[in-house]
Amino acid sequence: MTAAIIVFPGSNRERDMRLALEASFGRAPVMVWHRETALPDVDLIVVPGGFSYGDYLRSGAMAAHSPIMREVKARAEAGVHVLGVCNGFQVLCETGLLPGALMRNASLKFICRDVHLRVERADTAFTGGYQKGDVMRVPVAHHDGNYFADTATLDRLEGEGQVAVRYCAPDGAITDAANPNGSQRSIAGVYNDRFNVLGMMPHPEDATHALLGGLGGKPLFDGMAGALKELKGAAA
Amino acid sequence: MDGISPDIVAEHGLTSEEYDKILEILGRAPNLTELGVFSVMWSEHCSYKSSKKWLKTLPTTGPQVICGPGENAGIVDIGDGLAVVFKMESHNHPSFIEPYQGAATGVGGILRDVFTMGARPVANMNALRFGSPDHPKTRHLVSGVVAGIGGYGNCVGVPTVGGECNFHSSYDGNILVNAMTVGIAEKDRIFYSAATGAGNPVVYVGSKTGRDGIHGATMASAEFNEDSEEKRPTVQVGDPFTEKLLIEACLELMATDAIVAIQDMGAAGLTSSSFEMASKGGVGVELDLDRVPAREENMTAYEFLLSESQERMLMVLRPGAEDTARAIFDKWELDFAVVGHLTDTGRMVIKMNGDVAADLPIDPLALASPEYDRPWTPSPKLAEVTSDSVPAPDDPLAALETLMGSPDLCSRRWIWEQYDHLVMGDTVQRPGGDAGVIRVQRPNGEVTNKGLAITTDVTPRYCFADPEEGAKQAVVEAWRNLTAVGALPLAITDNMNFGNPERPQIMGQFVGAVAGIRAACDALNFPVVSGNVSLYNETAGEAILPTPAIGAVGLLERFDGSVGIALPGDGYALVLVGETRGHLGQSLYLREIAGREEGAPPPVDLAVEKRTGDFIRHAIADKLIAACHDLSDGGLLVALAEMALAGDTGAVLEDVNGKIAQHAWLFGEDQGRYLVAVRDAGALVSAAQAAGIPAQKIGETGGKELILQGSSLALDALRSAHEGWFPGYMAAG
Repeated sequence: MTAAIIVFPGSNRERDMRLALEASFGRAPVMVWHRETALPDVDLIVVPGGFSYGDYLRSGAMAAHSPIMREVKARAEAGVHVLGVCNGFQVLCETGLLPGALMRNASLKFICRDVHLRVERADTAFTGGYQKGDVMRVPVAHHDGNYFADTATLDRLEGEGQVAVRYCAPDGAITDAANPNGSQRSIAGVYNDRFNVLGMMPHPEDATHALLGGLGGKPLFDGMAGALKELKGAAA
Repeated sequence: MDGISPDIVAEHGLTSEEYDKILEILGRAPNLTELGVFSVMWSEHCSYKSSKKWLKTLPTTGPQVICGPGENAGIVDIGDGLAVVFKMESHNHPSFIEPYQGAATGVGGILRDVFTMGARPVANMNALRFGSPDHPKTRHLVSGVVAGIGGYGNCVGVPTVGGECNFHSSYDGNILVNAMTVGIAEKDRIFYSAATGAGNPVVYVGSKTGRDGIHGATMASAEFNEDSEEKRPTVQVGDPFTEKLLIEACLELMATDAIVAIQDMGAAGLTSSSFEMASKGGVGVELDLDRVPAREENMTAYEFLLSESQERMLMVLRPGAEDTARAIFDKWELDFAVVGHLTDTGRMVIKMNGDVAADLPIDPLALASPEYDRPWTPSPKLAEVTSDSVPAPDDPLAALETLMGSPDLCSRRWIWEQYDHLVMGDTVQRPGGDAGVIRVQRPNGEVTNKGLAITTDVTPRYCFADPEEGAKQAVVEAWRNLTAVGALPLAITDNMNFGNPERPQIMGQFVGAVAGIRAACDALNFPVVSGNVSLYNETAGEAILPTPAIGAVGLLERFDGSVGIALPGDGYALVLVGETRGHLGQSLYLREIAGREEGAPPPVDLAVEKRTGDFIRHAIADKLIAACHDLSDGGLLVALAEMALAGDTGAVLEDVNGKIAQHAWLFGEDQGRYLVAVRDAGALVSAAQAAGIPAQKIGETGGKELILQGSSLALDALRSAHEGWFPGYMAAG
């Protein structure tokens, strides 16, 4: 499998993502500069964390209009898997690939700490490395991670099973205390309605080594590698 | 040109003697632009005129040193073709006036000092001092400074892996914000600032120049008064996004052979960068200000030369390399302009609108830069405080709870959770321990097995009580903190924050502190490779505590060999390594529990420090130690409490204080000590004794409380005291 990482001016977790993908996929991802208009043939497109364009207008807003994002959108609509993490999640929301928006944290402060996430379903191409209900420990590092959508949208997301991961206590309980940023219904990540696009605020890529943040995010990458390989095999 | 009146000279912070020297060098009166150049080049901030004489006495060499003080940052060899590049620098006055931007641009400036040399910045640290928590401005300053450091560092994507923070009323009107950056460079691709090759193009890159920060260096060289608020326009505004692009563009260009010399535009901007580059390379320089990218209209030559607009660099390129360089900066959407060229005239000639705006000889100006031997008086030695003169607490564990919830000992989580300490994915030891530890990556992002440990330390109350002993302590505490994570200490950067050097007692503090640093660095083979001096930290005649902040870097051959402070679980023995005498003078127990700030600080025995630290480091490498913490503020019981909270594991302490009074045993701040958790106490104790180092088992780990002579303190209660103060204080505003 091959992955591509989109690099914007101001991206800063593309290396973290590259290392995590390389470890699980067994090969280095292709780094694609935002001004490109075409993507190579890849199985996964990742929009990484950072401060694209300084997040000066609104997090992710300017990156969403980058030349490459038209191509990312087209690929996503054609069924290619897309993962957006942190700023990448914000970008995917701004492009309309994912529902909702990320607002300023309820504390109004930047937050960098480990959180626990409950895996809401394990039957997607992203979560095959977990069981439903598993709790993973991964860090967040953001200023604008407060997930917002109108009630109808939230109800629809819940109804369609599009909530990917929620902030939870270490035992999996969904509590206000475990919600670091005020996200509605403790939502930390969501799928699109075809389940080939996942956006999440926490950083699984920074939890893929026992001594460097632990292994909480490792099954996500291993699971993706397995699922995408299978999909590729089925298509071939 | 209008005449230069004595008032104008004084407004530029120059003395009449210095002005006479200018007349002598030029053989004529300077115009206003030239006077401005002299004023910044000869400011305390840029010229080190009060401190130079003493800084020269510091040890700056060693087999590990590639580049000592004098360049943008210090450089130390870490093997395998790699070098670590680091420096700490103050941004005190701007941060007091405008805390967010002052602190943010402090981070930006120190990052540029490091990547200017060809290094990819991989970690940030800081050392912060605020006024008393009761002072009406403190909360606002803490909030702004922390947000500013985070706002900048988080956006550029360099992890802030630790730091320190104290409160003391001497900083009420003059906070300290010292920022440190550590970078990694390929040893054979280091870039320096000496410009060479007459005719070579001089190139300006980065942000456009505006009117911000004019005279920042001069401001940083004067005392504060009630009008300091009016100096707000001299504070610069940071743009971390542009800095991130500048890092990437510069590193991309540095992979080619286009650059001859490069220097960031920091204090005194275009003036100081072009001047220093030409001076170091023994060449002249001609600049055309009409070509400098400007953000505002109708700027004068004076404004162009003295602006401290951020995120700008000056480079000398090889002839013909302009197109290569321009293409890279175009890709990163940064300004790029050829603004002049080098000459063989030995002069700095500035042109604007076809006229010569300034024409100054470089060497005479640099050589004539003032150097003062300011009068100084040694600080009086203070009497020892004996433990029998200090009341024992009714309940030591209650005293511990109070200490752990006091402003200087409580958890700094409120601060460091606002810093992205994980970006880059290399963070091994997070903030909250003795030192931050990162895995070393090559500048191209490739991972290695090496680790770097980084710390910042100083105990200002010790330095005030005895500048020499206090500065020594700052160096050894930094050295211990690196040792405690298993790293081999390599070198330091010193950030000397003091009051007005024109007062002999302040100058005496500075002289004493330099002597202490010198002694400690010599004894520990721990040279000073970079540094910064910040003087005139006074408001209305009240000086800060002398604060020689030490930033230090150590090497782990394997990053997986580091240990942290967290107790690893039940069933470990606790061994105290080093000698305890029960020194309570200047201790936090004395201040927070007995309400007294007095006495001599704990003495430092450098030979003992070295022996003890070397023993600990080897024991960590030999896997004998599962957790380690250096003993400092608050002494033994505080160290144990911090280890217990970090590992969520309790402990039972044995009654082994012998002849030493219990409160002195538990809270004394004797130096040269470590508390370690081990599987086999006997083995460690006998190994220590064989090496001539006192060591004794003092307890065992287990449970969820600390137990001392039958009384106990639950970790949950301790945690809420420890974690509660900072957020509670900040929310109360």
